[in-house]
Amino acid sequence: MDYPIIVDVTLREGIADPEGATIERALPALGFRGVTHVRAGKSFRMNIDAENESAALATASALAERLLSNPVIESATARSDEKG
Amino acid sequence: MTRIGVVVFPGSNCEYDALGAMSLLGADAEFVWHSATDLDGFDGVILPGGFAHGDYLRPGALARFSPVMEAVASYARDGGAVLGICNGFQVLTEAGLLPGALQKNRGLTFLCQPTTLVVGSTTSVLTRGAVRGQELVIPINHFSGAYTCDDETWSSLVDNDQIVLRYKENPNGSRDDIAGVSNVEGNVVGLMPHPERAMSTLLGSADGRVLLEGFVRAPVGAR
Repeated sequence: MDYPIIVDVTLREGIADPEGATIERALPALGFRGVTHVRAGKSFRMNIDAENESAALATASALAERLLSNPVIESATARSDEKG
Repeated sequence: MTRIGVVVFPGSNCEYDALGAMSLLGADAEFVWHSATDLDGFDGVILPGGFAHGDYLRPGALARFSPVMEAVASYARDGGAVLGICNGFQVLTEAGLLPGALQKNRGLTFLCQPTTLVVGSTTSVLTRGAVRGQELVIPINHFSGAYTCDDETWSSLVDNDQIVLRYKENPNGSRDDIAGVSNVEGNVVGLMPHPERAMSTLLGSADGRVLLEGFVRAPVGAR
């Protein structure tokens, strides 16, 4: 059965995020106050054919580690797409 | 005659510059398509600049799975001279053949300008013809050129004298002003600046020759 999975890739703690910092600096000019700790990242959505959800998540974690993220600077987490 | 292979990925765009620079230095250079699976007979291999596989996902992320990268890895393991320029450097870090990673520039702008580099280690196949502390003017041309690594990796780069080039004035937010690094053995080198575009004073600088002449002279298993 196909399980809908989302993989989120974000920069690891301590790794500079010029994109997130630039977005954060732009927000006050648009009237948004009190927004801090903005971090930019990527999100991937996929269907994975597996025996069960935990097997699908394990596959997603493996491919996230191997391809979707660069473990030197990024970390990846896999989760179910609740909206299907 | 020294025989140099210039690897061409879909999306490479500096392969002719690299080939031309090698020819200018008297080397017998030829293109190697990314589907090639062996690099026997080459005295050196260059991964040129560009946007291999469109730079999708991350620069170098998909190129590292091109068939030729298995061959590059085993060529490097055997002590062969491997040089990654710009996108080629990004490919080598993604493939784990060089430590660290290249991130988006600090200012989030594409940088295309001459930079002054300061030579660090002179034991690598690229810097063996240079002098420590020597200044070279070589252009950069990149969006993701900020060298990044963790503290442990940085310490080992320093301890093993793997930092081959630093920017005199840091243009992109690279850690420790790093412009290029080698592996521990010194036979695999990557740098963001383009020495192949600094081959003639008529075009701005001939300082790239100092580096590429050293690379062309480096025989396989030199160290």
